[in-house]
Amino acid sequence: MSDPILELAGVHTDIAQYHILQGVDLSVPRGGVTMLLGRNGVGKTTTLRTIIGHWQAKSGSLRFDGADITTLPTPARARAGIGFVPEDMGIFSDLTVEENMILAAASGPLDPARLEWIFAAFPPLRTFWRSEAGNLSGGQKQMLSIARAMAEERALYLIDEPTKGLAPAIISTMAGALRDLKNKGASILLVEQNFAVAKALGDTAAVMDDGRIVWAGQMAELAGDAALQERLMGLSMEAH
Amino acid sequence: MTTAAPDHAPKYAQLSLPDRIGKAMPLLLVPLLVVFGFLSIGSPSSWLTLTVSGLAMGMMIFIMASGLTLVFGLMDVINFGHGAFISVGAYVGISVLLALENWTGVPSLLLNVAAVLAAVIAAMCVTGALGWGFERVIVRPVYGAHLKQILVTVGGLIVIEQMIHVLWGPDEIYLTRPEMLKGAVTFAGAAIEKYRLLAVVFGLALFVAMRLVLKRTKIGLIVRAGVQNGEMVEALGYRLRLVFIGVFIAGSALAGLGGVMWGLYQEVITAGMGEEMMILVFIVVIIGGLGSVEGAFIGALLVGLLQNYVAFLEPKLALISNIALMTAILMWRPQGMMPVVKAK
Repeated sequence: MSDPILELAGVHTDIAQYHILQGVDLSVPRGGVTMLLGRNGVGKTTTLRTIIGHWQAKSGSLRFDGADITTLPTPARARAGIGFVPEDMGIFSDLTVEENMILAAASGPLDPARLEWIFAAFPPLRTFWRSEAGNLSGGQKQMLSIARAMAEERALYLIDEPTKGLAPAIISTMAGALRDLKNKGASILLVEQNFAVAKALGDTAAVMDDGRIVWAGQMAELAGDAALQERLMGLSMEAH
Repeated sequence: MTTAAPDHAPKYAQLSLPDRIGKAMPLLLVPLLVVFGFLSIGSPSSWLTLTVSGLAMGMMIFIMASGLTLVFGLMDVINFGHGAFISVGAYVGISVLLALENWTGVPSLLLNVAAVLAAVIAAMCVTGALGWGFERVIVRPVYGAHLKQILVTVGGLIVIEQMIHVLWGPDEIYLTRPEMLKGAVTFAGAAIEKYRLLAVVFGLALFVAMRLVLKRTKIGLIVRAGVQNGEMVEALGYRLRLVFIGVFIAGSALAGLGGVMWGLYQEVITAGMGEEMMILVFIVVIIGGLGSVEGAFIGALLVGLLQNYVAFLEPKLALISNIALMTAILMWRPQGMMPVVKAK
């Protein structure tokens, strides 16, 4: 296996008085999609937010692309090549779709060819290009949220539940875009509750429980073993 | 700003008529108040004088408030020390004007304008630098702790006020405006002070400039986005702390500019003038909606106009008119007229 793009070793994160991450060891391979799975409240979102730096790890280390990023502030991690799509989408609702995208290109003007690629993945963004983002539907906001992360080339994308609450047709669009991103060679760490999407996109998987990684391996292995799913997550994903 | 707008005609979702009226309502309040003033006052010349006076007052309050609303919106910082920059700006600016008496005392537009410009630049430089120090020493250690912010920024305000007493003495300083800004012009039977007209034009120009910067430049986009969701702006790779320091310095400098203008308006300055103005500034920031420059602009005009109209119609009510305005607006829109800060 090639060297991982991201490695977390013994990461502990506190939020206020709560000890959420309790020694996370996680390795994300270079290229492909790693699914981060687990029941609600086990620390998946906290793991992503610790990686991007919204919450600082109390102890442990984070290495990205071979460099130690444990103490780096969020903007430095983003500039190093980590894209983040939060669970609440983080859309700037008073700004237009265009302005959201211009902001997403932090290192310079938007690349027209890249923009065309994004429009091909998410056609509604072209239609509502000059509309306020706050007026978009939930699915369109999610498209914008992912499109924003795609506006510049990133080595690693952290994406938190991109299909949550979306209609099946939009989930399909979303999955297509993520597959496209993956085919372009990006590494993606994806938190996802929709098993069909997880199974279709995931190359590797890590399962969390009580603030730790309790299992890591190939997604196909997890998807094909209902008993393992039951043991790790308390339910069979097929039945979910 | 470079854009990559596609060549097509986008389709917009249509808002219903009540939604559109509701959205535009804050913009209609100023004209409605002006019409109300016209109908209540009766005399067109008195109404015109009061309207220009109200607009001038509103513009000056807006200049003082615009920085504060952005500072709150960007970093969730409640700065009760903002009034110190108003006072310091006034003292520095007026000191420069007094030192340039040879320029202000002659009826030469060129020399008078040069003196005022020198005063404004000096005031903005000093208050901008003071703002930088204030952010580093007083505000930075208390990010995220509102109660501590209130306590230490009030403390900072008191210290700076006392420093003004030490440097300039405890007495109020009287001044006269430059020769060419004295007196009034007569228009439609109304006497309108030249300085008030200048304040309206200057305030309007500043508002347009601020809007252009906020809407048409990338730094403006970052500020607007940062007010809504600073965390996400950082996740895109922007160092919001640096942006915030820049906005804090600019806001302090604008407060200093407002102090000079207010000092020239009142023709007297005191160390406590900033503290006194902060009541109006906070009212404007609150009714405008936290983080909104447009809201602060409309709020400032409402405050200025209402105070002038009510002082003419029912002088005793003038004391409570602005608090009553704030109460009414918050009952109508609890988050202010155009709130921007939603994600915090």
